[in-house]
Amino acid sequence: MITEFRVKISGIIAAFILLVILPPTLPSYWLTILTQMLIFGIMAMSLDVLMGYMGRPSFGHAAFFGVSAYAIAILSTRYQVGFLGCVATGFLLATAIAALYGLLVAHAAGVYFLMITLALGMVIWGLAFRWVTMTGGDNGIAGIPRPDLGIPISLDDPIVFYYVVLIVFVIVLFLLFIFIHSPFGQSLMGIRESESRMRILGYNTWLHKYLGYVVAGAFSGISGILWAYYNGFVSPMDAELTASFEVFLMVILGGPGTLIGPALGAGIIVFLKNFISAYTHRWLLIIGAIYILTILYAPGGVMELGIRFAKGGDKE
Amino acid sequence: MEFLIVQTLSGISFAAILFLLASGLSLIFGVMNIVNIAHGSYYMLGGYIGISIFWKTGSFVLAILGAGLSIAIVGIGMQRFLLRRYFEHYPQVLMTMGFALIFRDLALLIWGGDPLSFPAPAFLQGSIHMGEIVFPVYRLFVIALSTAVAIGLWVFNEKTSFGASLRATVDDNEMARGVGINVPLVSALMFGLGAFLAAFGGVVAAPFFGVYAGADFEILPLAFVVVIVGGMGSLKGAAVGSILVGLVDNFGKALVPDLSYFTLFLPMAIVLAIKPTGLFGRK
Repeated sequence: MITEFRVKISGIIAAFILLVILPPTLPSYWLTILTQMLIFGIMAMSLDVLMGYMGRPSFGHAAFFGVSAYAIAILSTRYQVGFLGCVATGFLLATAIAALYGLLVAHAAGVYFLMITLALGMVIWGLAFRWVTMTGGDNGIAGIPRPDLGIPISLDDPIVFYYVVLIVFVIVLFLLFIFIHSPFGQSLMGIRESESRMRILGYNTWLHKYLGYVVAGAFSGISGILWAYYNGFVSPMDAELTASFEVFLMVILGGPGTLIGPALGAGIIVFLKNFISAYTHRWLLIIGAIYILTILYAPGGVMELGIRFAKGGDKE
Repeated sequence: MEFLIVQTLSGISFAAILFLLASGLSLIFGVMNIVNIAHGSYYMLGGYIGISIFWKTGSFVLAILGAGLSIAIVGIGMQRFLLRRYFEHYPQVLMTMGFALIFRDLALLIWGGDPLSFPAPAFLQGSIHMGEIVFPVYRLFVIALSTAVAIGLWVFNEKTSFGASLRATVDDNEMARGVGINVPLVSALMFGLGAFLAAFGGVVAAPFFGVYAGADFEILPLAFVVVIVGGMGSLKGAAVGSILVGLVDNFGKALVPDLSYFTLFLPMAIVLAIKPTGLFGRK
């Protein structure tokens, strides 16, 4: 147990060191991919709170990502709101939507939870798509400027932006790690294992699930903020069902309930998406196939698959 | 007043389409505990196949049957070869999601990205005039067709021996096996029937909504809301939920076009707040 933990920790530290020292030597193409990986890594980790720790897989997680991304886009291009105002509004709006949605989903479990989150997620897509006067509809909103932090360093520089994203990623990882290992996070895991038992022990399980959902939504909102600034462009695609499916696959692929696994899954998916897009437009076909293959051959994610291979690849 | 009547009628004609999807979705859930994410894809693919058949043969009936049967075969194939191998819900649901993505891309590959459409059969074209009210005949036809399907499903469910096996499987899967009902067969046939109905809806909706890649994920949440509102596994719930969602969606589109999709949030929120299992849900 201790050794596995050590392997993990040293792996994480090694990866972190690489993420810090390698980028200045990388071509700009790889730098953008790495930035994307970290942004979606944050989103995947936030979904893992729901999926892995609370045992409530959601099909509408792109909603919060979309809400904060759109908030940044609208405020900064149309109302010229400054950096702090944009970020605060984006984050609070995503959290508020999560708080509202949480009231509807917190009681649900299993496939019911999936259906409700899917429908609620698509409500956000519907707003992005149809509320044309506000969101630009299908055309999306282009020309989101990189924020001016009021310091002499410009975020237009890809390497600077990368390091900002890396810092946010590390902070989020740290906060979620604390969150999950807190008594509150432990009781979320208790609910995942047996909700009735937790209720008998006197826990207000509804409130726990509700707060867990809001926290997951809020962190997903952070990734949306980064995405809007990184991409400079938002569109309904960012909040569509396929986006929710993609982040879902990141978590499944990386292994739910491992936190760092879903970030790894995000890295794999972002890499594949960019790599495959260079050769073919059939990304959905491939991601669909990855889905089915993952469920057939690696239901516990690549982390578990790796461990299984390390143990000699024996099937139980 | 005319506005009210015309909008109500077009809301109900949309409800008719929704019912074709939601009834299958709900019954599949009832029998197998699967939420089929690919159900919207059946609707979209059904529309595409129907259009192709219509262009080749010019026959509306052949388009419906051809699309329905081919999608039913796809559905049964998915159920028999992949979904059936899993007893837990999640792998099944996830697998249908994988299929939904594959189907979307295949549709793009085969039929391209431009929206397609085909005209209603000649004898159903034109409009009915009643005083100030003008309403397309074809939409009335769709309402009648879907009502007939609903009655057919009800008779099938309540009055036939297969319907009895079906209800037994919904109520208690293990006991149904125990008394000798061929549950795998019932499941496969239900999946096929659900897929057939979704494809049927896709063809029937094509003359007024058109067919396009993206229709799959646009209709799926609506069908989900119907099932959430009506209650899982209930035919009556699917009917009532369809009418409710069809009307809300249609009046939403007419009154606040910008927020049209958002208006769906309301019936769902209200029902979930009052009765979390849906209006006619049992579980």
